[in-house]
Amino acid sequence: MITENFETVIIETDLLILGGGMAACGAAFEAAHWAKQHNKKVTVVDKASMERSGAVAMGLSAINLYIGLKDGKNTIEDYVNYVKTDLMGIARDDLVANIARHVDSSVHLFEKWGLPIWKDEEGNYVNEGRWQIMIHGESYKNIVSEAAKNALKELGENGEYYERIFITEPIMDGDRCVGAAGFSVRENKFYIFKANAVLDVMGGAVHVFRPRSVGEGLGRSWYPPFNSGASAYFTLKAGAEMTCQEVRFVPIRFKDSYGPVGAWFLLFKAKATNAKGENYMETRASELENWAPYGTAKPTPTNLRNYLMFKELEEGNGPIYMRTDEAIKELMADIKDEKQAKRKMKELESEAWEDFLDMTVSQALNWASHNISPEETPSEISACEPYFISSHSGASGAWVSGPKDLSPSDDYHWGYDNMTTKKGLFAAGDASGASSHKFSSGSFTEGRIAAKAALAFIVDNENTASIDEEKIKELKEKILQPLAIFEEHKDYSNDEDVNPNFIKPKMFMFRLQKIMDEYAGGATVNFKTSKALMEKGLEFLEFMKEDAEKLAAKDLNELMRCWENIHRMWQAESHIRTMLFRDETRWPGYYFRTDYPKMKEEWKAFANCKWSPDTGEWEMIKREIKELT
Amino acid sequence: MPSFVINEKCDGCKAQDKTACQYICPNDLMVLDKEKNKAYNQAVDMCWECYSCVKICPTQAIEVRGYADFMPLGAVVQPLRSTDSIMWSVKFRNKKIKRFKFPIRTTPEGTIDPDAGMETGTDNLKSPLLRTEPESIGTELYKK
Ligand SMILES: Cc1cc2nc3c(=O)[nH]c(=O)nc-3n(C[C@H](O)[C@H](O)[C@H](O)COP(=O)(O)OP(=O)(O)OC[C@H]3O[C@@H](n4cnc5c(N)ncnc54)[C@H](O)[C@@H]3O)c2cc1C
Ligand code: SF4
Ligand code: SF4
Repeated sequence: MITENFETVIIETDLLILGGGMAACGAAFEAAHWAKQHNKKVTVVDKASMERSGAVAMGLSAINLYIGLKDGKNTIEDYVNYVKTDLMGIARDDLVANIARHVDSSVHLFEKWGLPIWKDEEGNYVNEGRWQIMIHGESYKNIVSEAAKNALKELGENGEYYERIFITEPIMDGDRCVGAAGFSVRENKFYIFKANAVLDVMGGAVHVFRPRSVGEGLGRSWYPPFNSGASAYFTLKAGAEMTCQEVRFVPIRFKDSYGPVGAWFLLFKAKATNAKGENYMETRASELENWAPYGTAKPTPTNLRNYLMFKELEEGNGPIYMRTDEAIKELMADIKDEKQAKRKMKELESEAWEDFLDMTVSQALNWASHNISPEETPSEISACEPYFISSHSGASGAWVSGPKDLSPSDDYHWGYDNMTTKKGLFAAGDASGASSHKFSSGSFTEGRIAAKAALAFIVDNENTASIDEEKIKELKEKILQPLAIFEEHKDYSNDEDVNPNFIKPKMFMFRLQKIMDEYAGGATVNFKTSKALMEKGLEFLEFMKEDAEKLAAKDLNELMRCWENIHRMWQAESHIRTMLFRDETRWPGYYFRTDYPKMKEEWKAFANCKWSPDTGEWEMIKREIKELT
Repeated sequence: MPSFVINEKCDGCKAQDKTACQYICPNDLMVLDKEKNKAYNQAVDMCWECYSCVKICPTQAIEVRGYADFMPLGAVVQPLRSTDSIMWSVKFRNKKIKRFKFPIRTTPEGTIDPDAGMETGTDNLKSPLLRTEPESIGTELYKK
């Protein structure tokens, strides 16, 4: 028996933080302070090592959310309006405002902790765009995780951090989340964490859809291959209500290596054009009126910028180029002095390369391998495949409680900030929905908000639940099942990957990606789908769910891959179901419903969903949009 | 083969209980071949080219060869990371070389004080004020 080879380790804690990314680091930092005052224990669990785990592993070149409240640069209302317009009217004002009112605090802390932020001659932060500030961010994650670890140390024995533990399942006691189960990816250990409150901050999801590159470049998705939908799976399986599961994000990036475009568009003021040199944002401006009032607002929503580009490609006007050469020429235009020009050129060159080297090294490698100097040659840009990342320009995640003082009514506020509809289960960062554009700084901040609220919950609600032996045994068997299946059948065939008795996680992932790409509006079908296609996709997902019981793993690494793909499959199903429910097209540059090609007034609402752990049924729920002001 | 190990340079991290590359890879790709005492990337097509392993390797044994399905051969982008800065050398396919140096951190490693010398303005667990606020915001907390 496989299960006998695995030691069961039981950890008891007060606040359990699942994940080690930006939101988790914010949560650990915040929780330590309040836990110390109230003599509570905090435990952080990450599948990787916090120093370089999650989307910020490589570093970042900008902090995309800084309001500048102390200098009166912007107001909270400005930001709320910006976010809601970008998401075509679909956002929770209360959540967005709550993050925005605290985010500057986080950014100021990052700077004090040692993050180099660009400054101008007067000592002010250098803005990339209205909300973005430039950083030398190669070590962003190292710095933020060090602060989180040092904060945990303030708790002595009451501050714990576990790395390389993969979290799979929530543990429920009725309506309350009382812990989580997982396993070590390094040694034969099965973990049960019992907790008074659980904060789900395990990032978003990638590789649900087929990536553009399927050879070695499979791993070069824009979103990191190590975030695989654990957040959504966890809250779904707990029975919590989810929101915006249809709101995927499709970024436009430099082609193939998916290098960032933000600095080029905002800082260097570059333009994107079709192959003929036409700026499609100008030539196609009239299309935007069909998507008013959002389409006619400034700045143009992210998905509509995508949409105009897709139209160019459909009409055969590709490739699409980022005119880096023209942008640099423009920036150099006013400089007449030769020496000064040389200096400026060097500066621009360094800024341009740093943008990639700080957060998408691959793109620098791509330029070098194609002999591209941006000042001379424009570069192709293209749409990536769809991702689930609510902290960026997507919105999928758990439906969470807003803050009492900002939430417009009781349907938006039910006790503790960022608590899901299940007691004691909190979500933040990419795990919470309808509060887009929080980015690295906002995710860290939302982690802080959620952690403080979770401690308040813990102080108010003692956990008397116990997790019985039977339940632990059942979870252990279920989680380790892929190892058992492999052991049982591996000798039947000559090839460890080709065996009629099981499926390996990699092929399982490819199958999921094929279904999602072809039926749910992936990149190869130009992001188009319809009721008929999605219903077919759901049919195929049913087969997958059955075959998930036959996933096989030869070792711990493959066991992790099995669970990652089960998580992805749940993300996929909730996505299709919600796209089906919303019978309109609202974000044409993210996905386009050919059967309902227009936006409908009646759908200026949230499309929520919930899976019931008791019946296994899905419930779809429409919820009203309520304004803050 | 995105990240790869130069056999001659890898010393298996001198047989410590875990190697540096294995410790750091966010996707759990780097493993040590115990017989050969050399590390390798166990699933190159799941590598993000994040360079975490490259930056941490004490013997500079790891490099990245761009994804062969879309990058022509010949380019090398290699960092040398110290405690306060990073130096990059970018070698083009046509042999042109560019070098860049960027600051990465303004405080010594390990010295972070979470509060950064700031006070928290409340003891109330139910107050919307967070740790170090309002001082760290630089102004009062926004209210509706
Ligand atoms: C390519 C890219 C560029 C970006 N650029 C910028 C930018 O320039 N500026 C900016 O401000 N923001 C940027 N962002 C956004 C920013 O990275 C995210 O908003 C932020 O990282 C979200 O924080 P998070 O904690 O929700 O997720 P993450 O930081 O991704 O953390 C997720 C954590 O969960 C862990 N985890 C996952 N699954 C499990 C599991 N099953 N068990 C245990 N642990 C698990 C991971 O190891 C990781 O520690 C960018 C994002 C990407 C992908
Ligand atoms: S970190 Fe470098 S030296 Fe150590 S095992 Fe990995 S490749 Fe070898
Ligand atoms: S480059 Fe990043 S993802 Fe690839 S092996 Fe190294 S650490 Fe892992």
